[in-house]
Amino acid sequence: MAIAEDADRAPGDRPRGATRRPVRLFQNLQAKVAMVPMIFVALVVFLGGTIWTVVHSFTGSGLLPRLNWVGLDQYERLWSSRKWLVSIENLAIYGIFSIVGTLVIGFVLAALLDRKIRFEDTFRTIFLYPFALSFIVTGLIWQWLLNPDLGIQNVVRGAGWEGFAFDPLNNPDLVMYGLLIAGLWQGTGLIMCIMLAGLRGIDEDIWKAARVDGIGVVKTYVLIIIPMMRPVFVTALVLITSGIVKLYDLVVAMTSGGPGISSEVPAKYVMQATFGGQNLGQGFAASTMMLVMVVIILIPWAYLEFGGRRRG
Amino acid sequence: MANPATLGAAALSADAIGAGPMSGPRGARPRRRLSRGNVFLYGTLLLVSLYYLLPLWVMVMTSLKGMPEIRMGNIFAPPVEVTFQPWVKAWAEACTGINCDGLSRGFWNSVRILIPSLVISIAVASVNGYALSNWRFRGSETFFAILIVGAFIPYQVMLYPVVILLRELGIYGSITGLVLVHTIFGMPILTLLFRNYFASVPEELFKAARVDGAGFWGIYFKIMLPMSLPIFVVAMIIQVTGIWNDFLFGVVYARPETYPMTVQLNNIVNSVQGVKEYNVNMAATLLTGLVPLVIYFASGKLFVRGIAAGAVKG
Repeated sequence: MAIAEDADRAPGDRPRGATRRPVRLFQNLQAKVAMVPMIFVALVVFLGGTIWTVVHSFTGSGLLPRLNWVGLDQYERLWSSRKWLVSIENLAIYGIFSIVGTLVIGFVLAALLDRKIRFEDTFRTIFLYPFALSFIVTGLIWQWLLNPDLGIQNVVRGAGWEGFAFDPLNNPDLVMYGLLIAGLWQGTGLIMCIMLAGLRGIDEDIWKAARVDGIGVVKTYVLIIIPMMRPVFVTALVLITSGIVKLYDLVVAMTSGGPGISSEVPAKYVMQATFGGQNLGQGFAASTMMLVMVVIILIPWAYLEFGGRRRG
Repeated sequence: MANPATLGAAALSADAIGAGPMSGPRGARPRRRLSRGNVFLYGTLLLVSLYYLLPLWVMVMTSLKGMPEIRMGNIFAPPVEVTFQPWVKAWAEACTGINCDGLSRGFWNSVRILIPSLVISIAVASVNGYALSNWRFRGSETFFAILIVGAFIPYQVMLYPVVILLRELGIYGSITGLVLVHTIFGMPILTLLFRNYFASVPEELFKAARVDGAGFWGIYFKIMLPMSLPIFVVAMIIQVTGIWNDFLFGVVYARPETYPMTVQLNNIVNSVQGVKEYNVNMAATLLTGLVPLVIYFASGKLFVRGIAAGAVKG
């Protein structure tokens, strides 16, 4: 092949199949040296950093990290803190609605775009552009749209419906749904794209066969296409879930946790304890709990994905 | 494929007009152009488009209005009198605390963070991906697994240890520190992206180069790099939007004079003192969103292909 001939010839370097496992330590020395940054990040930052935080969550660290053991005190304080309990509840509400909403909207939009329509590119561009924006920008935009004196409520009242009330961000019971409107606006486009790629990967013959058998379009989607797209749904689910746990910027931009503490989230609790409250131990304990949440979500997925079949 | 010809546009708007009163059953046969199914299809798409487009419309319109007009009127209405004053003020005069030099400072900070982060993170990750797919050694997959698992660990868990790391290196609060942070936390997704891409390169090509005596760097620079330019563009798109949109790392690892644009924007808009100038704030928000939006609209299908390919393969 032409490209191979262009490669420089190093004398003395014996040809060797790529599939053959190298045995000696210095076999792939250059590759190993090139991977030092990755190994450092994996071992020191990710593994080491996580262990460090978990270990320090059992200490009474205040302004500075110290190794004065206090057992589970930080966790007891954490779980008796009303703010933390509210944070967990908020994350659960936001998480459930965000997962269901994003998957449903993402799939329906992808299915609509997959119906061989005109202007597919235009519609896709419109649905996906919010994904390019940061949560800060998204949050600020929707903060204004949901502002009762400026946004949607004001416009509807101005149009003649005087009694119209739509003020989710100042209502403790609705504030998480206000955040959800903005979150869905930002995130559904990505899932739609992933779903669309999955739909495009489905063999045209399946559709033909379904048509021959007289199965309706909706029924084909529900009974045949969606089960076939299981891996795509799993990927989407993992992406959405890992995004939900990180939920922070959006809250800061839209509500700063308010009204009161009704839109606090765990990530914000950690930030406040670690960098705002000179209360490192609490921050470490709270972030360890976040880690536990992720592990609880991730382990069943990893088991399903990698437990059953071996990867080459 | 979509060709926005005038004829097509006319047909589409006809569909849109018909869409209002009619709400046929979902999933009717979509074969004929003006069937009930088609009307429903385009009607739904247009309605949903409205949800996605209205916020942008409101922002642009409001940022071009004067404050009196905003107080009087409706945010969806276009400006009666167009003024660019809010944009100028947002860029050059808006205040964060005692500094009143506008968002321009945050913009240039973001640029100074973005460019080195982009180059370093992509260089490191592409070499990682290449080594992982073609030069596996005992343990390499384990390191990779840790890296990928690390991508799912909430950042909050690693924030403080990284503070210590940066402080020990003497770069806490500096732009260099932020560059390192972006390189570290961008590594899992980028490495995965490159690994998957290089793994799809035919192995015969690699073998042939080995037979011809090319080494690690020889194959990387002369074979892999030239044939993987699209994936580099995809990686750049991911990183530019990711780094530009970052808020958390900016808040934690920067000082007020090195704050990236997103942090400064939040400080300007959510500052409590003074009268809220919605037009200036919206102009500032649009300015911050402009860079990723330009990247998005300029890269078009590549952006879509990139995120879809990267996500589904992973």
